[in-house]
Amino acid sequence: MNVLNFVNAFFSDSAHWQGYDGIPARLGEHVRYTLEALALAAAIGLPVGLVTGHYGRGGNALSLVATAGRALPSFGLLVLMTTLLGFGMLPVMIPLVVLAVPPILVTTYEAMRSVDPSPVDAARGMGMHESRILFQVELPVALPLILSGLRSAAIQIVSTATIAAYVSLGGLGRYIVDGLYQRNYEKVVGGATLVAVLALVTLALFWAAARAAVSPGVRRS
Amino acid sequence: MIRIDSVTKRYPDGTVAVDRLSLEIPDRSITVLVGPSGCGKTTTLRMINRMVEPSEGTILLDGEDIQRQPVTTLRRSMGYVIQNAGLFQHRTIVDNIATVPRMLGWGKQKARARAAELMERVGLDAALAKRYPYQLSGGQQQRVGVARALAADPPVLLMDEPFSAVDPVVRKGLQDELLRIQDELGKTIVFVTHDIDEAIKLGTMVAVMRTGGHLAQYAPPAELLSGPADAFVEDFLGGDRGIRRLSFFPSARLELTSDPVIPLDATAEQIAAPDAPYLLVTDADGRPLGWSAPRDLVAGDIRPERLLSHGRPFVPGTDSLRVALDCAVLSPTGWAVAVDTGGRVTGVVSQATIGEAIRSAHAAGRDDEKVAG
Repeated sequence: MNVLNFVNAFFSDSAHWQGYDGIPARLGEHVRYTLEALALAAAIGLPVGLVTGHYGRGGNALSLVATAGRALPSFGLLVLMTTLLGFGMLPVMIPLVVLAVPPILVTTYEAMRSVDPSPVDAARGMGMHESRILFQVELPVALPLILSGLRSAAIQIVSTATIAAYVSLGGLGRYIVDGLYQRNYEKVVGGATLVAVLALVTLALFWAAARAAVSPGVRRS
Repeated sequence: MIRIDSVTKRYPDGTVAVDRLSLEIPDRSITVLVGPSGCGKTTTLRMINRMVEPSEGTILLDGEDIQRQPVTTLRRSMGYVIQNAGLFQHRTIVDNIATVPRMLGWGKQKARARAAELMERVGLDAALAKRYPYQLSGGQQQRVGVARALAADPPVLLMDEPFSAVDPVVRKGLQDELLRIQDELGKTIVFVTHDIDEAIKLGTMVAVMRTGGHLAQYAPPAELLSGPADAFVEDFLGGDRGIRRLSFFPSARLELTSDPVIPLDATAEQIAAPDAPYLLVTDADGRPLGWSAPRDLVAGDIRPERLLSHGRPFVPGTDSLRVALDCAVLSPTGWAVAVDTGGRVTGVVSQATIGEAIRSAHAAGRDDEKVAG
């Protein structure tokens, strides 16, 4: 039996499409974890990256934080948090946010730093306020790079949110964890396929968002 | 009037960019700050709109200290043009130009109408309005930069090496355009450049600065060329300042002669009559055809293709003595051809006569200086 047969068997079983352990329910949970973690990570990473990038200060501190964040193993952190805080949503969110903040923070900072300084100089010289310079001069130009940072964070969250299942929460990881435990490889492969598809959908969504939000003058097309 | 009063800019590391500089910038004229890199010309300009704050001294705008008003209000009353135009690449050309009016609270329609009006004024095709900056050439981008600075009709325009990043042909076009716009609008323009030719061409007053932020000389261009204050200014002006100074002398008073000018169908008497080594042959409309020695001309059979080139003609009254001299130097006979605006010959003038005119113009210039002194 090869992998494609597993995939076929998993998705053609009608039992996998309904109930609390059905694909729609698990997919819904997975998307919810992803959105929550991404929103939290963006709420931390974007403002810090935008402000430090605008003023050009704190770059070294940022890269330290980012390196530290990347070096932390998500699974280890999950276990540690669960031991400290008990079961629940919070111990799952912490490793996901820790994972997602560095790419958002670092790319946002770099995106702001790489904006051509002459329009900023011109804007300041014509009497534009600093906040307006940040949002109306720098941000629109830095947007493609910032979106790419959010995109890689989102993809990492999608693939890592499977660990929630280890601490008895839902999501697509449920299939993988349960499948391994039950030696039901059909389930394992089916769950992994769903995660991969969700990652591809995320990519497509970010591509569409970039098309819609980035000015043709910046896209140069 | 902008009055810079013993202003010094010292950076925390001890570097002095501008050293006790005092300058009075007259209204409705172009004042050029020129000098080698590191002379503090850009720092001086940026202190006028407080992009750089002076360490000592004051800058007065119409008698009032510029520190007294909020920095954004001050900057909005001054147009600002920088070297690479600094356009907002995510905004269309029309929205780039409308930036300051929009900041001042104008409605979108009114601001865009104003932007369209300015595009025309700076010589930009209306079809470019919806384009983005990357779709424009360097010269066009710089025109947009000038239009954007003029959008809210500020009385003062600060220009920081605006034309140095474009090629010489485009630069000349932009300079001519600026002079034309200035004729129409009469702004108080402070213009920074490292190019002395640009300074002399554009400036009503030219401030030559030297390394360390010192003012070497502040004078109208003609005066700068006739009497450089010291060896630095003289060296900075270059080796041909005598010739360049002729640009400021009109050619209108040159004594022209039409004796050696004959028509294509000249008679033998007309050819023999003038006591001149060369004759200028003109066509039926009076346009110049070329030069020839009288002995090479046969009445009734003057062939235009056998004549010597008449070279470039000059227009007395429009062109300067420098142009007239150049025409005489380039002419194979040493005589310059004067034409009216329609291209018809009004007379010819020899190098010797132009030389006389230069000497008397210099003498008059010296008298003026004595009076001024």
